[in-house]
Amino acid sequence: MTEEEQKLSPKQRSRRNFLGQSLFTAGAAIAAPSLLNSCQNKTVSASNALVEGETMIGLKINGQLKTLNIEPRVTLLDALRENLGLTGSKKGCDHGQCGACTVLIDGQRAYSCLTLAIMQEGNEITTIEGLATEDNLHPVQTAFLENDGFQCGYCTPGQICASVALLEEVNNGSVSYVTRDLTNPPELASLSESEIKERMSGNLCRCSAYNGIVAAVQQAAGQTPPSPAASIEHSQVG
Amino acid sequence: MKNFTYVRANSIEDAVSRATSDRQAMFIAGGTNLVDRLKVFLDEPSQLVDVSRLEMKQIERTNTGSLKIGALVTNTALANHIEVRRNYPLLSRAVLAGASQQIRNMATVGGNLMQRTRCPYYYDTAFPCNKRQQNTGCPATTGMNRTHAILGASESCVATNPSDMSVALAAIDAVVEVEGVQGKREIPLIDFHRLPGNNPERDTNLEPGELITAVILPPLSFSQSGVYLKLRDRASYAFALVSVATALEVAGDKIKTARVALGGVAHKPWRAMEAEEFLIGKAANKSNFEQAAEIALQDAQPLAHNGFKVELSKRAIRRALAVSAQGGGLA
Repeated sequence: MTEEEQKLSPKQRSRRNFLGQSLFTAGAAIAAPSLLNSCQNKTVSASNALVEGETMIGLKINGQLKTLNIEPRVTLLDALRENLGLTGSKKGCDHGQCGACTVLIDGQRAYSCLTLAIMQEGNEITTIEGLATEDNLHPVQTAFLENDGFQCGYCTPGQICASVALLEEVNNGSVSYVTRDLTNPPELASLSESEIKERMSGNLCRCSAYNGIVAAVQQAAGQTPPSPAASIEHSQVG
Repeated sequence: MKNFTYVRANSIEDAVSRATSDRQAMFIAGGTNLVDRLKVFLDEPSQLVDVSRLEMKQIERTNTGSLKIGALVTNTALANHIEVRRNYPLLSRAVLAGASQQIRNMATVGGNLMQRTRCPYYYDTAFPCNKRQQNTGCPATTGMNRTHAILGASESCVATNPSDMSVALAAIDAVVEVEGVQGKREIPLIDFHRLPGNNPERDTNLEPGELITAVILPPLSFSQSGVYLKLRDRASYAFALVSVATALEVAGDKIKTARVALGGVAHKPWRAMEAEEFLIGKAANKSNFEQAAEIALQDAQPLAHNGFKVELSKRAIRRALAVSAQGGGLA
């Protein structure tokens, strides 16, 4: 292990603490091992058989194994929305240009419109529906509420999923195009506005609530964002 | 999307064999470009061969000091790998300049090499396109061509290659390792993609059924000077109008080696070899960089709406070389 990699390790260790209630762990407890095994045997996941037409596949979504009959051409987004009734992930452009369909796959953010559901068998998928626990919003959801990180709300599930992943990426020492020194990644406490904007550029907001979105990420990162109330008071006075 | 059959390859040999016996089959890994093309009927494969679960996810040093990057390494993993950040900063920066975090998490190195042009006429099946179907015509040559090629284009196609990663790989002298039924072979990156000529339907020199297995980065002693500068219509998540990858080896007050590659200007990543040769033995100063930029663009043939790319390219080259001369970094 190199010196730099050793430096990154403590960050990786702390990421679960930071994110609070991770549904990955909660989900693993919900799905009984016996159920997982029996379902997997019936699905395509274990084989390299040729799949033609509708096939039963199993997807691990928000900690639960779901089985569904789909053709190979069905995207993950359509499987979530049309087959499983999980309509939190939105279809904005359906071409990977807007980010409204963003979900987490094995903890990494991805556009669910650009991947085939059948290719995601065996991976842990987390959608906006899987972030909150029963009575508690995810800290990023709270931050979006408290900082006016949306107007119409259509892009919000994607923005929130992207933000959750962003925080974990920074905790893991990831760099961005605007990181000045690529061998010295930024930390959450000092993550600049330009870093946040660059790292959130894969999510568009037609209402242009970008200032609120940046503030929400700042709050979730443990920074003190400018108060939205302060700017409202200012504009009322002006 | 047209229906297709789907199969998970269980080995490289299995994948290659399936794609060789069925010429209408296509490989899929990250899918970020292919799934989009399937949706608009640009590709109608009979079969998708899923190679995403194969090995080829490692980044490893070879015994010749090169860095071998498995074809299934994601763009995110490549850009963040400590050896890439430390020893090939221009590659890390180029990959980070491309797409968005979501796409970089999904997209693979092999798939990045295989992504196709975003020419709007190619994407819109209401228009003819020589790249889609030979000898049907190219509406871009007389249509809206602001984003199109200024170097190496032909009457049949003025599309550009959209990859940022490939521009840095061209500057690094990377090599693409591929495997077909005949076995493995290596293709220098600058010979991997093609100019359009009369066959714009062929983007690369891959033979039918061949699978990219790795990209090899040779050691580059002066890679710290590496710069990747991308200029586009918005600050992030947009394809390059012009991009430049540069690196300089300076000994004493003279340039010993220069690398200059351009993106967004041609059907393939464009190595400006004559500009590089001009710089050898010269002082690393503004006037020589200006002359190098003039040489790099001397054969440019702009279309009706993209004349600005010529001047933009020259200025980008000058700026990138100036930053390289100061030791590299963010341009």
